[in-house]
Amino acid sequence: MSAFRIPGKGRVCHDKPVRFTFDGKQYQGLEADTLASALLANGVHLVGRSFKYHRPRGIVSAGSEEPNALVGVSRGGGREEPNTRATLQEVYEGLTAISQNRWPCLHFDAGATADVLHRFLPAGFYYKTFMWPKRFWDRLYEPLIRRAAGLGVPPSEPDADHYASRYAHCDVLVVGAGPAGTAAALTAGRSGAQVILADEQAEIGGALLADDKVQIEDQTAADWLSAAQAELAALPNVRLLARTTAIGYYHQNMVGLAQRITDHLASPPADAPRERMWRVRAAQVVLAQGAIERPLVFHGNDRPGVMLAGAAQIYLNRYGVKPGKTVVVVTSHDSAWHTAFDLADAGTPIAAIIDTRPAIDPALTEAAAPRGIEALLSHTVTATSGRLRLRSIHVNAVTDGKVGGARLILCDTLLMSGGWTPSLHLFSHTQGKLAWDEASQSFLPDLKTEACHIAGGGRGLWGIENALQDGAKVGAEAAMAAGFNATAPALTTQNDRSGAGIIIAELPTDRGPQSTRSFVDLQNDVTSKDIRLAVHEGMHSIEHVKRYTTSGMATDQGKLANMNGLAIAAAAIGKPPPQVGLTTFRPPYTPTTFGTFAGYHQDDTFDITRKTPIDPWAADNGAVFEPVSLWRRAWYFPKPGEDMHAAVARECRATRNAVGIFDASTLGKIEVVGPDAVEFLNRLYTNPWTKLAPGRCRYGLLLGEDGYILDDGVIGRLSEDRFHVTTTTGGAARVLNMMEDYLQTEWPDLRVWLTSVTEQWATIALNGPNARKLLEPLVEGQDLSDEAFPHMSLADCTVAGFPARLFRVSFTGEMGFEVNVPARHGLALWQRLLGEGEAHDICPYGTETMHVLRAEKGFIVVGQDTDGTVTPGDANLGWAIGKRKPDFVGKRSLARPDLVDPNRKQLVGLLTDDPKVVLEEGAQLVDDPNRPIPMQMIGHVTSSYWSEALGRSIALALVEGGRMRMGETLYLPMASITHTAKVSRTVFYDPDGQRLSM
Amino acid sequence: MLLIHCPYCEATLPELEFTYAGEAHIARPADPSTMSDEQWRDFLFIRTNARGPHFERWRHAHGCGRFFNAVRDTVSDKFLLTYKAGEPKPESLPE
Repeated sequence: MSAFRIPGKGRVCHDKPVRFTFDGKQYQGLEADTLASALLANGVHLVGRSFKYHRPRGIVSAGSEEPNALVGVSRGGGREEPNTRATLQEVYEGLTAISQNRWPCLHFDAGATADVLHRFLPAGFYYKTFMWPKRFWDRLYEPLIRRAAGLGVPPSEPDADHYASRYAHCDVLVVGAGPAGTAAALTAGRSGAQVILADEQAEIGGALLADDKVQIEDQTAADWLSAAQAELAALPNVRLLARTTAIGYYHQNMVGLAQRITDHLASPPADAPRERMWRVRAAQVVLAQGAIERPLVFHGNDRPGVMLAGAAQIYLNRYGVKPGKTVVVVTSHDSAWHTAFDLADAGTPIAAIIDTRPAIDPALTEAAAPRGIEALLSHTVTATSGRLRLRSIHVNAVTDGKVGGARLILCDTLLMSGGWTPSLHLFSHTQGKLAWDEASQSFLPDLKTEACHIAGGGRGLWGIENALQDGAKVGAEAAMAAGFNATAPALTTQNDRSGAGIIIAELPTDRGPQSTRSFVDLQNDVTSKDIRLAVHEGMHSIEHVKRYTTSGMATDQGKLANMNGLAIAAAAIGKPPPQVGLTTFRPPYTPTTFGTFAGYHQDDTFDITRKTPIDPWAADNGAVFEPVSLWRRAWYFPKPGEDMHAAVARECRATRNAVGIFDASTLGKIEVVGPDAVEFLNRLYTNPWTKLAPGRCRYGLLLGEDGYILDDGVIGRLSEDRFHVTTTTGGAARVLNMMEDYLQTEWPDLRVWLTSVTEQWATIALNGPNARKLLEPLVEGQDLSDEAFPHMSLADCTVAGFPARLFRVSFTGEMGFEVNVPARHGLALWQRLLGEGEAHDICPYGTETMHVLRAEKGFIVVGQDTDGTVTPGDANLGWAIGKRKPDFVGKRSLARPDLVDPNRKQLVGLLTDDPKVVLEEGAQLVDDPNRPIPMQMIGHVTSSYWSEALGRSIALALVEGGRMRMGETLYLPMASITHTAKVSRTVFYDPDGQRLSM
Repeated sequence: MLLIHCPYCEATLPELEFTYAGEAHIARPADPSTMSDEQWRDFLFIRTNARGPHFERWRHAHGCGRFFNAVRDTVSDKFLLTYKAGEPKPESLPE
């Protein structure tokens, strides 16, 4: 048993020792210890180096507000986490933790030279120092800063854990299970309301876990709490969530709860998620987050051994750990006196209690005297010493505002308390208004925007009895607001050591302002001098002070720092704190792992991958895939030894010379049905539809009201009142949404019904001179001759015995058919066609070959050759506009002055002077490469490929006034070379379309 | 996450089921060809950008699929009212 552990004391299991290592050294803790309490029990205060100056730092708090004790925790095998708060991490057998931000070791850190140089690293130093010369930024300054600053090292392996998420509904959600939250949950739970009680600690109870003096309803706090825990656990309508932090309060009473499930276990079950995110929708929310103790700001207040007094009380009473051998307390609040008394009663010498106040409750000084504690009122601390652990402090009397001579007091622990700040983070997430309370010098909750109730310390109440009674009352109010009948129990206490205090921005000192290093934000290494400098340099808004100094911008969001920072800034600005204001707290309340947010969206379930019925064949046959919106599509099918270029060239040759087979199932398909279907399409698409006969199809072009191309596809008329509309793969949902919008809101009188049938059909395209020869013997019910079934026809028939909707269309310029069969037959038909096709030299091709073949014909791909600013005229699609139609979506815009400008960017072909050069898509075009930089760009390449059919490269480009530049040479300046190309028509291959019926 | 009342389903459901669809009560002109360039520009692009109650369209995309109208306070992000497409703009709003 170590010298700092009190046998039998606290809620730790003294008969269950646990071994763990910190920086490679083995220590012993007890079950129910946190890493922080176990280290303190071994006399270890020094746990890390600070962010900017690499100063030695110790454990300051006992909760999630901890700014210093951030450690790396590792289980190996992809299970490691940096910046874990030692005050929340429970010890388990074999726990491995390391200190951070130090090199080569914690006791000797080379980075501490930054501390010696602190005069040259003032607030905003990176704005001032690293501006010049500019080129030094990327190579020197940024890498240096990145290496020197920052906490912890990111894990090098993928996270091996998995995470869960869950939705829940309840009548009353209680956040925080201290006295107020516990009483609220009990009261609401007894009324029959569905209650969730969440607390970030391992055990519910809050302050009751660390007070062994107070009596509640004539029981000890521990006994009352045990009974309360048992009752809550037994109530079937109450869910208790320990180790669960409420990280964010969102609209309409949705609260995010991050639950830690396995981080405290020595051997977590393999199937257990590490953490779970709860999204709780509560009818009523009770916020019982309590209050967070404020540190005091004085020279050297960051040395290991300087700790919050309330934290020491928790370590003593909950964990049975004494913080040091000789303790001094410095405070402006009564609560720290009681910590001193508890420590003294447990056998820790208290050298002195220093109170900044000139007069206090005489009962406190009377209680100090018999314990042999020297009480120094109206005193201040002006300095501390000790390199890796506090050794002594300077104490000075303050008389009429004047600081007297210093007296040295030897001590290894200094407990501080600057009063208590109501924790209003979650309330702030709701945009609830805060009001400044002059008496307590703090912000309290004021106007609420949500159905929430604030209880106990969170609304400035102090003391166990106040918190219990307020919690019970608020719990009853919440239950009643949710429709239950609740009565608050009385909950009286004895020995409730309530008290009061004052707020003091910074302790008075005898040191000059330039030589004080009083830390306000311990995690980001911001001193009071930095804040005053920021104000001096013109930052008069608290938001500017925050960003300039980075105070409150660390991962603890200034839980300890913000109020002190505000008080110091307000004094420097010369305005009262409420006029300077508070920065906004934002979710998450505490650092939260990405895994918790991701939940099940990890690995295979990260996102949806849509697959066609033919996808398994492609996967089995070596397809290389590419994502197209949510789909994965076969990109090309390399044979052994082929690279992409060789595979695509072979697929192109086979399709032009024999027959290619292509999985087009991802095409969007919408059935438009009803007596007014043709009128609907007339109004929506640019083309005329009235005269399209059943059994025929036509290219359709869809614009936005702004006149720009939105989508395209072939539309077939199945019967007078039934159309099969195809869309681009990525545009299907968008087009259906647009159709629904017009139908529901602009033209509700039209009798039209829309059905998405994308996934009902598998679509197989056959293209090439052998396409008909392959298909003809398999088709029943339709003559495929040119006379009976010319280009742009469709028919219902059977193909290889499967019911089919057969189109004769071509996106390659070859004779083409698209066979739609019910999705369940898609794979069987594909395999049948491949088998029958062997005699016709069939070749499967992927999307890359599809793109090459369509580019050879100058067919556009919406979204590649268009970008949302391209009109039909720009894309040479003026022929697709029904000139005699009175109106269609986007028609009026086509007469906008800017859309009829002849110098608009128009789609043209480009033929490079060197036929072997395949241009980069996105490459910019200029008309004179000798112009001074920056050159005027006149367009860019939208599509570019090697054309196997032409034996040279081809490209499409959008070029200003492009159609007037036929034959003109344009230039493409690249990093190391300038390419030249001549403007051409967009149709490179078979311009007369003779191959469509070959 | 907001809760939104679908006036067709008559149910209050999570925001995840809905998609935003722009400002409400901007009817497509009956005959766009009679519109001046300025009038057409205003129809296409000029929006209220309200601070406070905003009349807007939503679609119950992952539910009944219907478009409807809503009044949302852009300061508090709270929904004040939802009503069916085609119904007139409400003259008074709930507090």
